[in-house]
Order: sequence, then structure tokens, then C-alpha cells
Amino acid sequence: MSKQLNVALIGNPNTGKTSVFNALTGLNQKVGNYPGITVDKKQGICKLSRGVKAHILDLPGTYSLNASSLDENVVIELLLNKNDKDYPDVAIIVSDVENLKRNLLLFTQIKDLKIPTILVINMSDLMIRKGITLDIKLLEEKFHTKIALVSTRKNSGITELKQLIESYKTISTESCLDTTSIDEDYFESLQKAFPNQDVYKLWLVITQDANFGKITRQELDVSKFKTKSNQELKRLQQKEAIKRYQFINAILKEGQTIDRSKATGLRSKLDRLLIHKVWGYVIFFLILLTIFQAIYDWATFPMDLIDTTFASLAGWVKDTFHGGGMVTDLVAEGIVSGIGGIVIFIPQIAFLFLFISILEESGYMSRVVFLMDRVMRRFGLSGKSLVPLISGTACAIPAVMATRNIENWKERLITILVVPFTTCSARLPVYLIIIALVIPEGSIIGLSYQALTLMALYLLGFGMAIFSAYILDRILKTKHKTFFVVEMPNYKLPLLKNVLITVIEKTKTFVFEAGKIILAISIILWVLASYGPGDKFNNAESYIETTTHQTSYERNDQIAAFKLEHSYIGIIGKTIEPLIKPLGYDWKVGIGLVASFAAREVFVGTLATIYSVGSASEGENIDTIKTKMANETYADGTKVFTLASGISLLLFYAFAMQCMSTLAIVKRETKSWKWPILQLIGMTAIAYICALIAFQFLK
Amino acid sequence: MRLTIADLKKGEKGVITDSSSEDIPLKLLEMGCLPGNEVRLLQLAPFADPMYLNVNDSFLAIRKETASLIVIEKIDE
Ligand SMILES: Nc1nc2c(ncn2[C@@H]2O[C@H](COP(=O)(O)OP(=O)(O)O)[C@@H](O)[C@H]2O)c(=O)[nH]1
Ligand SMILES: [Mg+2]
Repeated sequence: MSKQLNVALIGNPNTGKTSVFNALTGLNQKVGNYPGITVDKKQGICKLSRGVKAHILDLPGTYSLNASSLDENVVIELLLNKNDKDYPDVAIIVSDVENLKRNLLLFTQIKDLKIPTILVINMSDLMIRKGITLDIKLLEEKFHTKIALVSTRKNSGITELKQLIESYKTISTESCLDTTSIDEDYFESLQKAFPNQDVYKLWLVITQDANFGKITRQELDVSKFKTKSNQELKRLQQKEAIKRYQFINAILKEGQTIDRSKATGLRSKLDRLLIHKVWGYVIFFLILLTIFQAIYDWATFPMDLIDTTFASLAGWVKDTFHGGGMVTDLVAEGIVSGIGGIVIFIPQIAFLFLFISILEESGYMSRVVFLMDRVMRRFGLSGKSLVPLISGTACAIPAVMATRNIENWKERLITILVVPFTTCSARLPVYLIIIALVIPEGSIIGLSYQALTLMALYLLGFGMAIFSAYILDRILKTKHKTFFVVEMPNYKLPLLKNVLITVIEKTKTFVFEAGKIILAISIILWVLASYGPGDKFNNAESYIETTTHQTSYERNDQIAAFKLEHSYIGIIGKTIEPLIKPLGYDWKVGIGLVASFAAREVFVGTLATIYSVGSASEGENIDTIKTKMANETYADGTKVFTLASGISLLLFYAFAMQCMSTLAIVKRETKSWKWPILQLIGMTAIAYICALIAFQFLK
Repeated sequence: MRLTIADLKKGEKGVITDSSSEDIPLKLLEMGCLPGNEVRLLQLAPFADPMYLNVNDSFLAIRKETASLIVIEKIDE
């Protein structure tokens, strides 16, 4: 086996860690999760010379070793635990040449952990334009380190960086700040209490506890050494920060010159427009419209293609393995269509993340946070909640994942809880068929009633999300303090490579995380629909009379419908009928509701089978279901689908929590069943009550 | 009268004299909101909240409630 060394990439957010990571590893990378928490763990391999392989870890961005979010906590936990298998042999601090001073704060902290540290000064391509010059030799000497001047954009400095990694053993591990100098009495007595430990590490463990709650992997028990109040600890931390900046400033004074007159006004020019009190919102609105256009219009082409491909694939399986019986049916109807139900979302998810990552890479997203924070805060959300809420219009799953960068736990939790109210794309097919069925065709001032209803449903979903956030904000109590600090990064042209890697990565996560659940439920539903107790299910053919003017297709459809009625899922539908009757639904709709647990859009397909139009050819399918549904009556002759029951059904779909995959993701992100269960019960109760009121009132 | 960052008007500048309140997040201190450093108010969101600052070469947005904890002296230009 070849030698391998561990390298950790550490740095402030937006300094280019991921770009450096991509430059070092290419596509030779994989994303996993840290055990027990949900922070992405990006790892990759970089080949150095002579068969040496470097194992590179891209750590979450952090401003200092004092964690204030889950992401940042990952960094400190790793660096405090020498036994961790990822503990770095060498740390690379990635810094941004424009913000060297602040970036160096973290650098001095890592140095004080006595880890060999390389300083990458990234974005060197900007130096001339910004009038920055650096005396690298002097900086290397004063900071006791090796420096690589890198530009991932120009692809320069990467070879030099690899050489530095290879010769990491020659790097000094001298520290930058003598911790004891912060408060001699305190630190000397601390050292006496733990003579074998490094005093800076002790200090980190103590303050970490105070900042962020328990360090889970800590080897030291410092609880007996809590001789200072949190207020006093905070004073010392402030003093530490001041001392570090003094050290840094003294060196930068000699080693760095900045010609301020060179600083171009791109930032202030763009800011003047993009966060303008009026234009800022107008531009943001236009961008939102473009995103919607992409998700609901441009994405339909590949989605239709996927749809027909999977339909014909299922048909092909059925035809080719005709004699396969049950196995063929399982593959064709359970597995192939289950996978199809996942793949169909890929175009929308990919478009969504394409936009989000462009907006983030360019620096625009922070401006949106700035614009929206005040409004969102009134509802217990944060400016950062907006991205998840927008993502929710494609699918709640990536939306819940996108809440990770909200530092404040309460705001994050509320965002997660309300996101599923936004109208995800799986609701669309259901809305379309019911609207077509019960909303009259006319129009008012050129806008059709049907289009207006659809728009109303979107607004309703969004409004409900905001409203319940407001309620939850009053109810939920947390001991976490709110704080909000957003860095406003420089505007940049997004790097295509970074954007594409993000899109691929997020799409992959979606396909595998949500995919396995959707697939499992599709199979369960298939079983429930394909089996039934008793003779009526098993000998359905003998119960259906043959009439002369009937084609064999019609007869087959009729048999299929009869079988479904007497299958397990049919029995479930009939069992819940008394419960849904007050909402205006019969047991057939009940089956559709149950089937929606795989994914809401399954509703339409299930109804197609129940109304025995399963084998109707593709194009006329929707129209045929529509006609059948429109003619459906109860025993006493009254229609099943009226304006009242239609509106009731629309409201039910708008509010109910019917998506198992979302629940699973919420469980993963909140690390407890409590929240997904609350979501399931709460949302479904709201849906039930609204649908009930609507039906009883309109009927 | 005690002056804080929240009292700055757009484009105005001050120098921080005290940022020791317990309610100021440590992160803000580490980003450079420390005594002696200059701070300039670049822009305000509607209702003057959040506030967009330039301090210690960093560009940050913070909420008004936090800004009102950081004591400054105004610098006239
Ligand atoms: N001009 C310039 N921009 C860069 C360079 N490296 C990265 N960037 C940009 O800096 C931003 C942040 O990069 P990213 O790798 O995502 O940073 P991370 O947050 O530290 O992982 C992106 O917009 C990149 O395109 C560089 O060398 N020069
Ligand atoms: Mg990154």
C-alpha cells in the first residue's frame, strides 16, 4: 500500500476552499456525512509525486475555532481529537488575498494547535486590480509557515502547493500567540491543573463548552475547572482576538501594501442597484420569475421525455418477459415506475440548484438575505430562510437540505417545519386535473379562472408557510440566542466548474436519499394493490359479465378496476371512507390519498386505474380520466366531483403532509422523530379541517 | 450621549470604543468589531435594518439590535 497523508482544507467561507479542493482532486471526490450530523463531508484524493497520495478533506467554512454553528463545530471537533482518522498531518489555510487580515486570525489559531500549516493566499489574480503587493518571504518568516500564492481561476500556484504538501515535515510548528499572555494568573493555574495538556487546547475546550454546548468527542474533563463565569470567559476571548489582531497587524504592516485608490468601485456600483430599496426588490422578483420559468417550463421537455421513456420501458418489460407472472409485474409496475417517479424530478432539481449555486457563487445571495431579513424576521424566519422556501416550489427535500446554513437553530427549525407547505411540483398534476374538473372555463379580464385558481393555490401554500412560521415562532421556546451576521462577499463571475460540481452533487444526494424511500413505498403500494384477500380479488374475471359491445381493452380495464377495489389498498380506501366522507370524498379518492404517500403525483395514475382507463392511450389519458371522474356518482345519483368536493380536495392537497421522503429528510436534519411526527399530524390536521370547512360550506 | 453603530447614518464613519457587551456574538468580534477599529455604514435595508457595514476590511450585515450594542465615536470627514 502506498503512503497516504491527511490534508485538511480550512478557511473562512468564500475564500475558495472548494475551488482549491476541486483543483487538487478533480472529479476524484466524494461527499458523505459526518456521523450523527448532517454537515457535508467532502473528501478527495490528490496524487503527489512518487506514488504518494494525499487524502484531502474540504472542511466547512469557519471564521475561527470558536464554533457558532454545527458546520463550524465539525472543524474544532476534528482538530481537538488527535485520534480521529481524519486528523490532519498538515493543515492548509485557504485565505482570500483581499481579506488577508481577517483570514489570518483563523490561521494563527490553527498554528497554535501545533499542526504543520500551509498558508494558501488565493485569488492572486485580483492583486493587480486591487493594488495589493505582498512580501511573501517576510510573511513566511514572521508567521513561521510556507505560503502558496494561488489563483484557482487562472490555475496558477497549484503545482507549488502540491510540492509544499509533499514536504510538509519541514514546516515549523511554532505557535503565534502565547496563550498565557491573555491572562497569566488564569492560564498558569489551568496549566497546573492539567500539566500534561497543551494550554491552548484546554482553553478551546473550556470556551467551546461555553459557546456551543457539549463537545462530544472531548478527551478532557474540564468541568471541574469552571472558575470563571461566561461573562468573564467572553472578556478573555475578546482579549484573545485583540491580541491576535495586534500580532497580525504588526506583520502585515511590513509585509503587505494596499493601494486603496486602485480599489475598483464594482461592489458599491452593483450594491447601489441590487440592494436598492425599490430596484433591489424588482430585480429579485425578476430573478424569481426566471427560476419559476425554468422549473415549470424549461424542465417540462426533459420531464416528458423521461416520462415516456419509463412508460415504454415498463411496457417493454411486460411484453418481453410475458411469462414472468408476478416478478414481471413487480419489475414493470413497482420498480420501473418507482424509479421513473424519482428520475422525473431530476430536471427540476438540477435547474433549481443551477440557479441557487450561480446566485451563491456570484455573491448575490447574501444581498437577498440582506433585503429580506427584516420581513422574514417578523415571522420567526431569517433572510436565509428564503432560499429554502423558494426551493420548496420544486421539491421540499432539497429545500430542507438548503436550511443548513441558517446558524440560528430556532429559525432553521421553523424553516424546516413550514417548507412543505410551499407548492412542490408533485402537487401540480393533482391540481391540474382537479382544476380542470371543477373550475369553470370562463375568464375575467383576460385571465382564466383556472389559471387564477392555480395561482391562488401557490399563494395559499406560501401564505400558509409564513403564517405557521409566525405561530411556531410564538410557541417554540429555545435557549439559543438569536444572532445574525452575514458577510457580504465581493461580486464574482461564477466558475462553471464549481457550479456544475454542485449541481451534480446535490442531484445525486436527492436521487439516493429520497429515491430509496420513494422506491420502497412504490413497491409496498404495488404489493397492496396487486394482492387481496378472498375470491372477489382472485377470481375477478368471473364476476365481470361479458357484454357483446365491449372491446377486450374495456373489459380488461373493468377487471383491473374490480381487482383494485377488492385488493388490500382498496380495502384500506373503504375503511377510511367514513373518515373522508365529511370532506366529500368516496373510497376511490381514498385509495388515491393513500397512494399519494409515495409521491403526490401518484394520485393521478391511481385514479386512472380505479376509473378503469389504465390502458387508454397516452394522449387521451387525462381527458378520459376527467370524463370518467366528471360522470362519477354516488348510489343516490349525486355527483362525486362537484365544486365543493373539488375545492376540498385542492385544499387537502395544499396542506396535508403526504410525502414520506420529506418526513425522512426532516428526521435526518433534525435528528429526532419528534419534528417529522409533529409535521405529519399538524399539517394533516390543518388540511383536514380546511377541507372539511370548505366542503360543508360550499356543498 | 452614548453613540452606537445604530446611530450612524448612511456613509458615516466611526471608531469603535467598546464592544464588550455579552450579547455581541463572538463571531462579530473575531471579524473585527473590536475597539480601535474604524467602521463605516455603507447601506441600510428598508426600516434601517439590517445594516451593511465595512469594518476591519470586512463587509458585513448585522441587525440593528446588535449594532446598538457596539459603542462608537463618530469621525467627521
Ligand atoms: N477571482 C478569483 N475568484 C475565485 C478564485 N477561487 C475561487 N474564486 C471564487 O470565489 C468564490 C468562493 O469560492 P468557493 O471555492 O466556493 O469558496 P469556499 O466557500 O471557501 O468553498 C466563488 O465565486 C469562486 O468562483 C480565484 O482564484 N480567483
Ligand atoms: Mg465550500
